[in-house]
Amino acid sequence: MSLTDKDKAAVKALWAKISKSADAIGADALGRMIVAYPQTKTYFSHWPSTSYGSAPVMKHGKDIMGGVVLAVSKIDNLVAGLLDLSELHAFKLRVDPANFKLMAHCIMVSIATKFPAEFSPQAHVALDKFLANLALALSEKYR
Amino acid sequence: MVVWTDFERSTIENIFSKINYEVVGPAAISRCLIVYPWTQRYFGGFGNLYNAAAIIDNPKVAAHGLVVLKGLELAQKNMDNIKATFADLSKLHSEKLLVDPDNFKLLTDCLAIVVAAELGEDFTAEVHAVFQKFLAVVVASLRKQYY
Repeated sequence: MSLTDKDKAAVKALWAKISKSADAIGADALGRMIVAYPQTKTYFSHWPSTSYGSAPVMKHGKDIMGGVVLAVSKIDNLVAGLLDLSELHAFKLRVDPANFKLMAHCIMVSIATKFPAEFSPQAHVALDKFLANLALALSEKYR
Repeated sequence: MVVWTDFERSTIENIFSKINYEVVGPAAISRCLIVYPWTQRYFGGFGNLYNAAAIIDNPKVAAHGLVVLKGLELAQKNMDNIKATFADLSKLHSEKLLVDPDNFKLLTDCLAIVVAAELGEDFTAEVHAVFQKFLAVVVASLRKQYY
């Protein structure tokens, strides 16, 4: 399910409307994921807090969205563009790729709460495909 | 046996009292058909599903969205016994409708997004978590009678 030109245009159009809230979306999405899917907490045992809105969650949510921003800029070749991040996740972080789906869902829920009008079904399908391809690129170096 | 806290019960009740069924039901189904087009395989008799606009305007899709949401309301009204409440519905989906149960998650993911859009900032992380739990129980109950 690779990205068509139409998908890429839709992702960029949606991104233009929501990018100013990237940090807030990232913090909200990560916070939501930890609350709604508590098994994801296992990756953050080294944080002083995993509560919604706590400093580590907010900072890390921002970092994650930074990765999404990078991916949007590399949309024409996600595997090449995300190579370093893939190596980080494969060899150092070793996050089970199933969690990428959970994070993607929470990012989309966050966007839906903040931008209900912009997140039309057409924008949704394009973003869903984009995040799925992003996850694949991120898992590229796993094995 | 699913255990529900008081907070979870009141949260689910709250969600169902706040959402507009006529909006959320049709929106969730049409989003599912648009975002996961292979789900259209189950709606051959629904007429024009050719593109997003056609799906959104399709009256049969809208009507079915309401049917699905009424089903979820049934679960909400029988929260302590969703598995038994849905036994017949599960058999229906398995034996008559022949729906691959992996599709249930696709629809509930769209539902979460539609409800999130409806409730906005009120769809906090805690409310979201409870809703996902409720939907997971609904999906498990619908899968139960498959063999």
